[in-house]
Amino acid sequence: MTADFLLSRYPYILIALLFGIGLYGMTVKRNLMKKVIGMTIFQTSIYLFFIQGATKQGATIPVLDPEMGSSPELYINPLPQVIVLTAIVVGVAITGVALSLILVLHRRYGTLDEVELLRRMRESA
Amino acid sequence: MSQIPALIPTSLLLASLVALLVGLKSHRAAHLIALAGAVVAFVCSLLGLQAVIQGDGEAIRYAMGAWVPPIGIEFVLDSLAAYMVTLITFIGVMVLIYAPRSLAFETPGRQGMVYPSMTLVLAGLVGMCLTGDVFNLYVFLEIAALAAYALLAIGDRGAPVATLRYLLFGAVGGGFYLLGVAYLYFAAGTVNMADLSMRLPELMESQAVIVAAVLMVVGLGVKMALFPFHLWLPDVYTNAPSVSAGLIAPIMTKVSAYAIIRLFLDVFPPGFFTESLPIATTIGWVSAAGIVFGSVLAIAQHDYRRMLAYSSVGQLGYIGLGIGLANPLGMIGGLLHILNHALMKGLLFMIGGAVRLRFGTTKIPEYVGVGRAMPWTMVAFTVGVLAMVGIPPTAGFFSKWYLLLGAADAGAWIWFAVIIVSSLLSAIYFFRVVEMIYRDPETDSAVADHEPREAGEAPASMFWPITIMATAVMAVGIFNVLIVSALLERIVAPLGG
Amino acid sequence: MMDLLLDNRALVAILVSALAAVAVALTGEKRRNLRESWTVLAALAKFGIVFSMVPGVLAGERYEVNLLQISPGLELALKVDPAGILFAMSASFLWILTSFYAFGYMRGGGEHKQTRFFAWLAVCLSATIGICFSANLLTFVLFYEILSVATYPLVIHAGSEKAYRIGRQYLVYAITAGIALVAGTVLIQNAAGTLDFVAGGFLEAEMGTGLLWAVFVCFFIGFGVKAGVMPIHSWLPNAMIAPTPVSALLHAVAVVKAGVFGFVRLVGYTFGPDLMGAIGAAAVLAVFAGGTILLASFIALTKDDLKARLAYSTVGHLSYIVLGVALLAPQAMLGAAFHMVTHAAMKITLFFCAGAIYIHTGKKKVSQLDGIGHQMPLTLTAFGVGAVGLAGVPLVGGFISKWYLAAGAIDAGALVFLGVLLVSGILNAAYLLPIVTRAFFRRSPDHVKLDEASALMTVPIALTMVLSILLGVFPDAIFRFFSLSEAIVASVTGVTFGAMP
Repeated sequence: MTADFLLSRYPYILIALLFGIGLYGMTVKRNLMKKVIGMTIFQTSIYLFFIQGATKQGATIPVLDPEMGSSPELYINPLPQVIVLTAIVVGVAITGVALSLILVLHRRYGTLDEVELLRRMRESA
Repeated sequence: MSQIPALIPTSLLLASLVALLVGLKSHRAAHLIALAGAVVAFVCSLLGLQAVIQGDGEAIRYAMGAWVPPIGIEFVLDSLAAYMVTLITFIGVMVLIYAPRSLAFETPGRQGMVYPSMTLVLAGLVGMCLTGDVFNLYVFLEIAALAAYALLAIGDRGAPVATLRYLLFGAVGGGFYLLGVAYLYFAAGTVNMADLSMRLPELMESQAVIVAAVLMVVGLGVKMALFPFHLWLPDVYTNAPSVSAGLIAPIMTKVSAYAIIRLFLDVFPPGFFTESLPIATTIGWVSAAGIVFGSVLAIAQHDYRRMLAYSSVGQLGYIGLGIGLANPLGMIGGLLHILNHALMKGLLFMIGGAVRLRFGTTKIPEYVGVGRAMPWTMVAFTVGVLAMVGIPPTAGFFSKWYLLLGAADAGAWIWFAVIIVSSLLSAIYFFRVVEMIYRDPETDSAVADHEPREAGEAPASMFWPITIMATAVMAVGIFNVLIVSALLERIVAPLGG
Repeated sequence: MMDLLLDNRALVAILVSALAAVAVALTGEKRRNLRESWTVLAALAKFGIVFSMVPGVLAGERYEVNLLQISPGLELALKVDPAGILFAMSASFLWILTSFYAFGYMRGGGEHKQTRFFAWLAVCLSATIGICFSANLLTFVLFYEILSVATYPLVIHAGSEKAYRIGRQYLVYAITAGIALVAGTVLIQNAAGTLDFVAGGFLEAEMGTGLLWAVFVCFFIGFGVKAGVMPIHSWLPNAMIAPTPVSALLHAVAVVKAGVFGFVRLVGYTFGPDLMGAIGAAAVLAVFAGGTILLASFIALTKDDLKARLAYSTVGHLSYIVLGVALLAPQAMLGAAFHMVTHAAMKITLFFCAGAIYIHTGKKKVSQLDGIGHQMPLTLTAFGVGAVGLAGVPLVGGFISKWYLAAGAIDAGALVFLGVLLVSGILNAAYLLPIVTRAFFRRSPDHVKLDEASALMTVPIALTMVLSILLGVFPDAIFRFFSLSEAIVASVTGVTFGAMP
């Protein structure tokens, strides 16, 4: 019974695992680069959740194929795909800005240790 | 008239794009284009506001690209949205008029990139307020946030550190919100707000909907810097250029508060935030904690901007309390405080920039002599302080008035006491600055004089926006009934009479 | 145009000094005679406008002005009634005298920042008249808070480290009081749904004793701070660091009486005497006031600094009025109302004298005043009149108000408070009269030549002295203060007094 449950839900368990790993990296790690890596994993887990939620057994990509007909059973719901596509774009932009900030920080301070950076920032203020 | 919901963000987006291209060559031209875009958006907002008020709150709807909802995205200008976009574009115009002289001093050589970012922030924020689609709201949220990161990172030496921390917090907040949208979509099958409000009443008991509500509110709470998610905020405001702080502090966090209010009032069924799950009450309690925490820490600050930042943590709590009270008077207080606090905080950050331009400092103990050098700016400052403390007839008094009435109505006596005590605390930390400004080294041996870098009042391009904002703080207080009866009472109608 | 001004006289009376403040600020230090003339014009105009409404008010007319809504269903509204006009009359009349006195004082002492001083003084007067004429609690609170804030620049006028420290203390007290007032107002609005003052009160016992007590405590803090009720009085003696005209007009008349006036509005027009008595709040108020009267009188005995002694005397006398209101007996209320005027006239005389002595001879301490009566006989005579008046000697105003207070205490069956009044009368004499005897009956080589302060100061001193005596001999002459006091009592309690004493 438990095994069945786990088997049928295994994608969600993996997604939850990713979500946890991402949050862990963002909150616990002191190195800002690792935090950004955590952030990317965190975001990816949400994309996957969206996609997984919209999967349908035996259905295909949502592009109308004249040979298959137009029965909605045969196609995956396109809306989550569109949403995730947009979200990925947003996520990439965030990662880009984060990386450029990291570059500036590394040039300016020579370290990416958050505690050290905060200390120096508050000293200079 | 029906195109207004689309015109407001479009003019800002367009101005941003053109300003970006032009900004590579000339930051002056970029400034003019950005300002023009903001003015057009402001005028459109005013027209929309007028139309909504005359139409008795009837919303103006616009389907983007003629794709009719639920397939397409619709933009909705109703009372709440009109209220918010008018505020956002007004602050935008003021800060854009104010910006050039301050930027030339604080961030020389980088102005060209600032103007497109500013209009992009504005576009994102008005988009959040206008969109009728919970996922589209996420997109605009991140657009505004991304542009804001750019604006904040160009500040003092430590600014990128603070900004990166803000970015990480923001990403978590955005992620939680997006996850909430996913749950909501899987439960209700739509992301259109109007559709959701029709389908959700049947799903009051659904676990997925409850999870969705919690995730979305937590996500927006992080973006709003609701206690205890405020950790990013003080460092960010302390290191940001005056222009960025003047734009972002008044409106950015408020729009996230708006999003929570929108979910509360218009998307989720009436009573969902109060009965199915004590979401509103929880927001109220953390806000009350934030009010006390922010006010106490603000007393200990020596940097003017850092003091304002902690004050913001406290003031955002007032808005949260308004949500938490979940009765019409309390919500009116919270909504009115969105407007009042935006005007007051914008005013105070702009004055901080003007003092920095003339005196080269943001340290409160070095403000001695400012009152003599810039008398009229300091009159405006005093107005801002009186409003922050809540002295009638300034705007700040009336939001507290409605909040107190709401708290008394709900019998929430601890929150009542929190509002009372925090007014006293804010008097302490703000009058400290007033005192410093008007101290005179000639009669007072305890302070040293500070010679200004440049003599005189702030330049006209900074002085007039400050004056207008100070006037607005007074006017909104005296004429608050006009706003309350034309807009706010209609907005809080879902809470019942 | 003229009709418009006449119909809205209550508003014009408030605005005229606010306009003067702007004119003063814009005229500036360089043209100081022009600047001074704005103050004089506004003071005369304000008094004239207020005075012109007295006959109408006595005839039962209530001048009303409704400005605009400031909260749904709540208007910023003015209404001139006997209580309001009594306070407005005394404040605006004394402002005229204080203005001239202040010109002499500020010039004689070579004070700095005179423009700022006169501008804020004018703003304070606007707020005070606003308090007088407020038709509801919210309007009252609004002007009360403006008065609190506008007094701050006058308290820190000296600009010294000590002045700022005292200014901080003043602000904490004033803001706390203001917030307590707002809290109380919110509670009333929530429970009663109205804030309009009604003679005889508008609160109902059905609102629940707990709530009514909460409201009372809020207002006790809100008004008690300004009225100097112990134990929340300590800002007042410290605020004497302000220039003497401020101590005289604001800290003996306008600001502190605003707190006392608040108690009048609270007992007479919000709770109503019956409800105050029924829930027992009046007794508590009376006990605090009685304690303050005695304690303040004892403390005044120990003070060598002349202004500090007068300040504690003020603390005590303010509580006479509070006590008179709290006793709830019509006669006591009449005495309290009349004491608002007589104490103002007498105490301002004393402060004017103290200021004249300080500016002219540099002396601040009682122990330095030996023989000064030979140098400044007029000033010290005026001081003597004020002193015997405060002690309650007949033929000076203080006697009449104390008479009615005592009669009210007997009426109310509160013989303890009769004792308090008698003891404090003796203490008043004990801390004020030695100053006069010292000044005239001792000799000092410093003060032999006749040498008064400038006419700008002595003439106002003489006038306030005459006013103090006038109030004692013909209490209803010219200004109709006694009739106004009777009208207050009649409207609140329904009791009318027949002939005059």
